Amino acid sequence: MSMQIEESPTTEGDVITNYTINFGPQHPAAHGVLRMIMELDGEVIERVDPHVGLLHRGTEKLIEQKTYLQALPYFDRLDYCSPLCQEHSYVLAIEKLLNLEVPERAQYLRVLFAELTRICNHMLNIGAHVMDVGAMTPNLWVFEIREDCLNFFERASGARMHSAWYRPGGVHQDVPEKLLVDIGNWIDNRLPQLFGDAMSLVMDNRIFKQRNVDIAVVSRDDAVAWGFSGPMIRAAGIPWDLRKSQPYDVYDRMEFDIPVGTNSDCYDRFMVRVKEVYESAKIIKQCLAEMPEGPIASTDGKVSPPSRGEMKQSMESLIHHFKLYTEGFHVPEGEVYVATESPKGEFGVYLVSDGSNKPYRCKIRPTAFSHLQAMDMMSKGHMLPDATAILGAIDVVFGECDR
Amino acid sequence: MTILHSAPKIASNEGVLDALTKALGGHVIASEEKHGEIILTVKREAIVDVLKTLRDDHEYQQMMEIAGVDYPERAERFEVVYMLLSLTKNHRIMVKCSTDEATPVPSITDLWPNAGWLEREVFDLYGVKFAGNPDLRRILTDYGFEGHPFRKDFPMTGYTELRYSEDEKRVVYEPVKLAQDMRTFDFLSPWEGSDYVLPGDEKADEEGGDK
Repeated sequence: MSMQIEESPTTEGDVITNYTINFGPQHPAAHGVLRMIMELDGEVIERVDPHVGLLHRGTEKLIEQKTYLQALPYFDRLDYCSPLCQEHSYVLAIEKLLNLEVPERAQYLRVLFAELTRICNHMLNIGAHVMDVGAMTPNLWVFEIREDCLNFFERASGARMHSAWYRPGGVHQDVPEKLLVDIGNWIDNRLPQLFGDAMSLVMDNRIFKQRNVDIAVVSRDDAVAWGFSGPMIRAAGIPWDLRKSQPYDVYDRMEFDIPVGTNSDCYDRFMVRVKEVYESAKIIKQCLAEMPEGPIASTDGKVSPPSRGEMKQSMESLIHHFKLYTEGFHVPEGEVYVATESPKGEFGVYLVSDGSNKPYRCKIRPTAFSHLQAMDMMSKGHMLPDATAILGAIDVVFGECDR
Repeated sequence: MTILHSAPKIASNEGVLDALTKALGGHVIASEEKHGEIILTVKREAIVDVLKTLRDDHEYQQMMEIAGVDYPERAERFEVVYMLLSLTKNHRIMVKCSTDEATPVPSITDLWPNAGWLEREVFDLYGVKFAGNPDLRRILTDYGFEGHPFRKDFPMTGYTELRYSEDEKRVVYEPVKLAQDMRTFDFLSPWEGSDYVLPGDEKADEEGGDK
C-alpha cells in the first residue's frame, strides 16, 4: 500500500514516495543507544534496520584477560537493570565446570536476590514502557519501588547497582538479620500497595490500551523460530520459564505460577511482567520462610576465600587467601552453556576453559539480541509511534545487547 | 560422577548422544558428553542438513545462540558453536563445526530467522564468512572498523583510538598511543608447569650457555 502525494506544495510538484528517518541513537524512547533506520510510507513503517553496537565495549575479550573472579563484575555492567541475574548465570557456569557444591543458605540467598532483581528490573521496564506511550505518573511511583530494591542491594553488598555479590561457590557476605525482616515487611505491605496503586492507573486505561493492544502480534511459531524467551515467549502463550523447566539453585522448591499471554501483543507482554512481579514476591516470601542457617559460601578453600578471623589464626587460610587473589583458581578443561531466566529472558553464558586460571572464551548470550532482531518483522505495517511501544515491550538494555 | 553443583537441570542425557549420532550418521566427526553437556562436532558442509534434521525430527525447535571460538594453533582455527534448545523435550545440545579464514560456513538463516544477526556477529568479531547470509554486515564494531577483534592475535588494546578534536571540531581517529604498557600480570604458579621465560633468561642460550 504505497500512498503518494500527487501535488506537493513544498517540493514544487516532485512526487514524494517513501522516505527514511533516523530513530536515535540519542532518543529518549530508544532505551539507550539504539539507532534505527526506518523506511516510512507516510506514517506507516515499511522497514526497520536497527543498528546496534554503539555501546560495544568488548566485554568478552576483556574477560579472557581476567581471572574467573576478576571477570565477575563485568556481568553487573551488561544488563545494568538486573545485575545480579547476570552474575547468576556466570557463577553457575563456573560451578558446573568445577562441579562445586553450594551451601543451602547461599542458594536461598541467591534466589531471593535474583527475584528482588527481577522486581527491580520490571519496575524500570514497566515505568519506561508506560512513559513511552505517554503516561508520566506511574513511572514516578514505580521508581519508588525500584529505589527500595536498590537500598536492599546496598545493605547486602554495599553497592546499589553493581553489586558483584554472587561468587563462585555462594555469595560474598551474609546478610544482616534485620535486612531479611525489612524485606519481608516490604513484600507484605509497601510493594503490593504502591505497585497496586500504580498499576490501577494503567492496566485498564483507555489510552494505554489503545496504544498497546494488538500492536506487534507475534504468532507462537514465530516466537519459537525467532528465538524468543522470557516474557516475550510467555506473552505468545507458551508457558516456558527456565526457573520452572530447568530449575537451578533452589527454584525447584519454590511454588509459583507462570503467567502467560493470550494475544501476544505489547499489552500482553506488559501484563506478563506485571503478574511476574507478584510471582516474584511469592518466591521471596518462601525464601524468607525456609532459609536455613549455615555457611554462605563453599567450604572448599581452593575456591572461596577464608574469613578474616580464620586468616589471622591459620597459616593455611592465609596461603589460600593469597593464592585466590593473585593466581585465582583453576577450572577444569571443558565447555558448558548455562542459561538462566533473567528478567528479560534467557541469559546464557558459554564458558570454555582450557584448565588455566582465566576463561579461554566466554560468550554471553544477551536476551535482547534475538528480540531486537525481530523488530523489523514486528513493526512492519505499524505506525511510527507504535515503534516506541514495541521497543518498550521488548525490554531492551544496550549494555547487554552490545556487550 | 555425582552432581554437586546447582546449575540448571535439564532432561536426562541418557541415550541421547547415541541416538543423535546414529540418526546423523556420517555427518558426525566427533561426539562427546562432558560436564553434562552433549557436544556434536559435524562436517562443515553438512551443518544445514544436521541442524534441519535436529529441528524437524528431534524437536530442537529453538536455536538460541551461535558462538565463535578461535584456536590459532589448529589448522582450521575457528569453531562455530550452535546452541539448540528443545522446548518439548526440555533439553539442550551444542553442535559445532570448524572453519578457517577463507572457507565459508553455510548459513542457517533459512532454518531460523534469528541466525541472521548471530552469524553477523561471528563474522564481525572473528571474520568467519557465512555463505548464504543475505546481510553479512558488521554489527557490533564501529562503522568502518578494520580487523576482527576477538581473534586471539588481535591485541587487547586495538590499533586505533578516537577523540574529539577541538581544532577540527569533529571526532578523529588516531593510532593507539599508550602512556604505559598494558598491564598483563602472570600469576600462574611457576611450580605447576607453566612454561614461560623470565625476562633475561633467553640470554643464557644466546651466549652459549655460560652463566
